[in-house]
Amino acid sequence: MESRRNPRAVVDPKVRQVGFFTSSQPDSSSTQQQQQQTDPIPASASSPPVSTISPSGNSLSPVMIPPPRLNSSDTFPLRGAAAGASSAVSPSSFSYSNRRDFPDGSTTASPGRHSRGSFVKSSTPVASSLPGIGMDSMAAAKSSSVPASGLTTVSVATMPPGLAEKASGMEVQSDQKKNSKPLKEKTTKAERRAIQEAQRAAKAAAKADGGKVPPGTSASVASTSVKVAKPAKPSTQKNEVSVAAGVTEKKGGPSEKDRKKDAPHPRMQYDDESRVVKAKRRAVVKQTEAKNRVELFRHLPQYEHGTQLPDLETKFFQLDPMHPAVYKVGLQYLSGDISGGNARCIAMLQAFQEVVKDYSTPPEKNLNRDMTAKISSYVSFLIECRPLSISMGNAIRFVKNRIAKLPITLSESEAKAALQSDIERFINDKIIGADMVIVKHAVTKIRDGDVLLTYGSPTAVEMILLHAHELKKKFRVLVVDSRPKLEGQLLLRRLIKRGISCTYTHINAISYIMHEVTKVFLGASSVLSNGTVYSRVGTACVAMVASAFRVPVLVCCEAYKFHERVQLDSICSNELGDPNAISKVHGREDINYLDGLTNNANLQFLNLMYDATPSDYISMIITDYGMVPPTSVPVIVREYQKEHLLV
Amino acid sequence: MWRRTPSFILDRTSTSPPMAADTTRAPIQNPDSISAYYQTRAAHHGVITSEWLSQAQAAVGGVSDSGDEHPVSSLTELGNEKSFNVIEEFNSWRKQPDLAEAVAAIRALAAVIRASEATTMMELEIELTKASDTLKSWDTTSISLTAGCDLFIRYVTRTSALEYEDFNSAKSRLLERAEKFGEISCKARRIIAMLSQDFIFDGCTILVHGLSRVVLEILKTAAQNNKLFRVLCTEGRPDGTGVLLSSELSKLDIPVKLLLDSAVAYSMDEVDMVFVGADGVVESGGIINMMGTYQIALVAHSMNKPVYVAAESYKFARLYPLDQKDMAPALRPIEFGLKIPTKVEVERSARDYTPPQYLTLLFTDLGVLSPSVVSDELIQLYL
Repeated sequence: MESRRNPRAVVDPKVRQVGFFTSSQPDSSSTQQQQQQTDPIPASASSPPVSTISPSGNSLSPVMIPPPRLNSSDTFPLRGAAAGASSAVSPSSFSYSNRRDFPDGSTTASPGRHSRGSFVKSSTPVASSLPGIGMDSMAAAKSSSVPASGLTTVSVATMPPGLAEKASGMEVQSDQKKNSKPLKEKTTKAERRAIQEAQRAAKAAAKADGGKVPPGTSASVASTSVKVAKPAKPSTQKNEVSVAAGVTEKKGGPSEKDRKKDAPHPRMQYDDESRVVKAKRRAVVKQTEAKNRVELFRHLPQYEHGTQLPDLETKFFQLDPMHPAVYKVGLQYLSGDISGGNARCIAMLQAFQEVVKDYSTPPEKNLNRDMTAKISSYVSFLIECRPLSISMGNAIRFVKNRIAKLPITLSESEAKAALQSDIERFINDKIIGADMVIVKHAVTKIRDGDVLLTYGSPTAVEMILLHAHELKKKFRVLVVDSRPKLEGQLLLRRLIKRGISCTYTHINAISYIMHEVTKVFLGASSVLSNGTVYSRVGTACVAMVASAFRVPVLVCCEAYKFHERVQLDSICSNELGDPNAISKVHGREDINYLDGLTNNANLQFLNLMYDATPSDYISMIITDYGMVPPTSVPVIVREYQKEHLLV
Repeated sequence: MWRRTPSFILDRTSTSPPMAADTTRAPIQNPDSISAYYQTRAAHHGVITSEWLSQAQAAVGGVSDSGDEHPVSSLTELGNEKSFNVIEEFNSWRKQPDLAEAVAAIRALAAVIRASEATTMMELEIELTKASDTLKSWDTTSISLTAGCDLFIRYVTRTSALEYEDFNSAKSRLLERAEKFGEISCKARRIIAMLSQDFIFDGCTILVHGLSRVVLEILKTAAQNNKLFRVLCTEGRPDGTGVLLSSELSKLDIPVKLLLDSAVAYSMDEVDMVFVGADGVVESGGIINMMGTYQIALVAHSMNKPVYVAAESYKFARLYPLDQKDMAPALRPIEFGLKIPTKVEVERSARDYTPPQYLTLLFTDLGVLSPSVVSDELIQLYL
């Protein structure tokens, strides 16, 4: 009997490595130990202590483990040794890298956030809030590895072992460096401490007089050191190396990149003043900030609405870096002419198609990388017009992935044609085709005599209802709507025109109307991997009432809108609409209770755009892969996200 | 539509079976206008005693092992009309009492491959799908038959063998896979019995509903392992499945008590776990099973007792019922003993749907799964 069970155990050794799983962790720590033993070199003046926090040594690990808070003096020698070689680095770079690390004088600043901040600075700025932005800098690092192998004394040498994975060519160098290390004299722990303290003091001083060090400083320092090392190098390569060097200079560069690869990129937090100021400087769209910002939502952009449009329209002919198609789409987002997840996504992709069509590679530039940068800048413009939806984020990730994967051998025209057809295919397969499949699945769930409830104006649900009507199913539709957008009226109009029997009500009546409903069909802006449905505000309310009445809730969502992120509430990521929309009722002059109060400091208007519906309230998610329970979303994300990036 | 569904045993005259749109194939449809699903069950329930079982197995003997000769000969006898063969084949396999419907279907489809005169892979595939379609339309109410056919087609055709240059080697490869699949399905019950042993502890009381061969196997294995446990059997009106099961268990010297179906809540406090089989496991992770399972699961859930489901993986179906009425009903005759006025309506559905939140674990040949994993497995199987 036991013998029967044993083979079973052998049959399914499917070990799914989930989460922060790192097999190589003990290894790397042991090598660190070794290194500490072999090169017990003290810190030199230029190395910021915080850098040692990230154990970037484990080059094999697929996922970065959030670095433990080590006593900096313990691991210091590792980093210090590396920095020792490039002790010539000027104090300015030193102050730059530390400025962020010691905003309040604490020694162990949390590495993730601050170092990310520094990353944002060095790369294309705003777009870094998108997933996949890591790619251009990654590419830079990769391509730099080849030329760098020839160098011997570049400041790249400061690279911690982790980066060696990407810039394998540089390993030679760090090896050399390792060899040279033991030559240096040993110091005791106390001495190292003292040096550290001195550094900190110097840093504070530098911070005080330096004020704001431009972000490029460290990179420029690095590049000068490159120049010193090898003046004969071609300029493009030099730039690349300097980028890589710059990244390494800021402590934890490589670990950061690894993390970036795996973790979704954080969104811009609008309550972080320093970064908001910076973002504003770059911005094309000049938005005036709302005066009374809602307390809990300070991290979201809150602007006065309706002020930017005329300004932008006048700028139409001055903005040479922006492609007109992108500009047009951006303005349409801003004015609200295009709304709805699919429509916005398709408009953006078509604009990108135009971009690709009109694109020509500038001299001495690489198509893949230049185009990615271009797209990133367009995306940041679009974000300024209106925050991206998750589906758009996925689509952008797809486009960038396609650009990065373009074979070098293709000629420019071929590459452009390939890209255009890829985008076309994405639109056709993942959006339009997916909707067809969803409709096909969903109509099987509509029976004669059903009363279907829908909220807002989801396109997929509209298609389902129309198709079911074409199939001569006998059903009734309840359209539930809400202020201020009243999108349901549009849906209502189209359904009535086709002769479908409808009832229209506002969400206030939902608990009354629900008892006669047999099924609830909802749309979604996105489905997150814990099954949470992120959708138009009010959806959660409808779903909860429905589940309280034991009415099945069916969510229709294309698989390209699935995201691996997990979200538990509607606060941390959301979008705020125009506060005026809820403070006034159009066409009702008699309701003017709020007149003159809009700028009152004690009054805040919260016009949320989205909310998150927990998976408990959802019976089924209908996607292009069939009808699945909300618990299976991560399976689809895991199995098909890759494929959908590759399409 | 609702009333015209098949699966009457007694009321043969009522209506013609509303089979799938496949009208060209009328002759091969179930000739008796009785739901084959129900027929099989009734047949098995009538005779499934251990003596008879062992007899039957002895009689069938080598056939199930060296089943190859049997289908080939029958096929060659029957000659050209292939679509006819499948059903015949299926029925001949179905006669073995210990063979589940789905496995019989798998065996029959394997025979189709064997007998096929196709010369290209495409032809063979088309033939195979046709055969499985006829099988499925022959009895639309059986979930495991449909699921078994679908799975088999997936399993057989989704293989690199299809890219083989040589057709004959590809075909033999397909056959190999078919045999293997049939074997796996046959062994499933043993595997499930093994897996479930960890959950049965000494001194526990198990409530069983319905006559499931897998559950019987589990209890048998537990008894052979010298576990001490008590079984409560529900009566299982109107088929008396519980009576049959309890007589089976008493032969194994397992202490068993028979309950009225309506006494489940009354005796739930002394129950440690509930074991049920399944007609089909659906995508949500819920199960479709004999009428009464849902209410037992509800009672067990409200009293915090675990509900375990034993089901082979070929019962996993790509269905997603939203509520009880959201599936093809399998109707059955019900004897009330008294004369019922014609005005009184009778609920005759033979099975109900138990949503996943009321199930604790599923014992399958893929392992012990929580309900939400079912969908993961289905996605991996079908997509």
